[in-house]
Amino acid sequence: MQHPVQQESASIGKSIVIKGEVSGSEDLVIEGNVEGKIELRDHILSIGSSGRVQAHITAKAIVVHGEVTGNLTAADKVEIRENGAVEGDIVAPRVAIADGARFRGSIDMRRDEPSIVSERPSKSRKSESLTPISANGEPVSV
Amino acid sequence: MLSRPMAEVLDLGPAIGPNITFLGERIGCKIHVKDLYADLERHADVDALASLRDYGAESIDAVLCWDIFDYLPPPSASVLAATLIQALRPAGVLLAFFGGGAATTESTYTRYVIEDEGHLRYRVAPATCPRQRPLQNREILALFPDMSLADSVLLKSGLRELLFRKPE
Repeated sequence: MQHPVQQESASIGKSIVIKGEVSGSEDLVIEGNVEGKIELRDHILSIGSSGRVQAHITAKAIVVHGEVTGNLTAADKVEIRENGAVEGDIVAPRVAIADGARFRGSIDMRRDEPSIVSERPSKSRKSESLTPISANGEPVSV
Repeated sequence: MLSRPMAEVLDLGPAIGPNITFLGERIGCKIHVKDLYADLERHADVDALASLRDYGAESIDAVLCWDIFDYLPPPSASVLAATLIQALRPAGVLLAFFGGGAATTESTYTRYVIEDEGHLRYRVAPATCPRQRPLQNREILALFPDMSLADSVLLKSGLRELLFRKPE
């Protein structure tokens, strides 16, 4: 019987200082100091309570327990947990800010798609109503 | 206003999870959080309010002031009001609460939590600054010249909720 492989997160320890670009294809926990740019497009970035980050971050999800200065972009969500602090602009479809968290900046949760999607059905409904349909559901030319 | 596509809201209070969810997810606004309460002693200084000029002229659709004016000395309140009016787009709105009754030395802030379109919940938090003397109605109107008063509600507690609208 095969056991499922448990994927562990990579971590940057408390005493580590990184200046530059961090990217990868696995989840990452930062407890140290990172300055520059972080890119984990399909993975989760957690900034631990001792983590201090000064960077532009792009990830699937970002969870902040420590301090971040910089812009955060997430495909799924950004969470700022209690005692977490963010100064910068957030772009994500979901943003959760816990009581006690600090945030200063702007939050953009708008998606571009909905406005387009909301217009299209009404147009298609209109065209359907003008197109005669045969008994088998196929459009009929007149 | 909030149904306006790509509406931008400036919140002068702290980032509160349910407010962000309501404005961002449900209404679909872009939210700018500038917590003036966090650093109120500094913002009581007129020059420090200059940071609000980062928001360009006529770039904001709505401002949530909550009760920040109750904590600012008159010169700072005037500068803040003028800055916000400048930042508002034509037809943009500004919501502000003003306490009533006698001046108090109690140091608490009120956190306003949006529950839904019709309900606001509040909770009290420790403060670093006491409230200033409550402003008279005429003093409030003088803060927002050329703005029209779109709605006003007087609560049993004496709190006045005022909604100003910038002319188109």
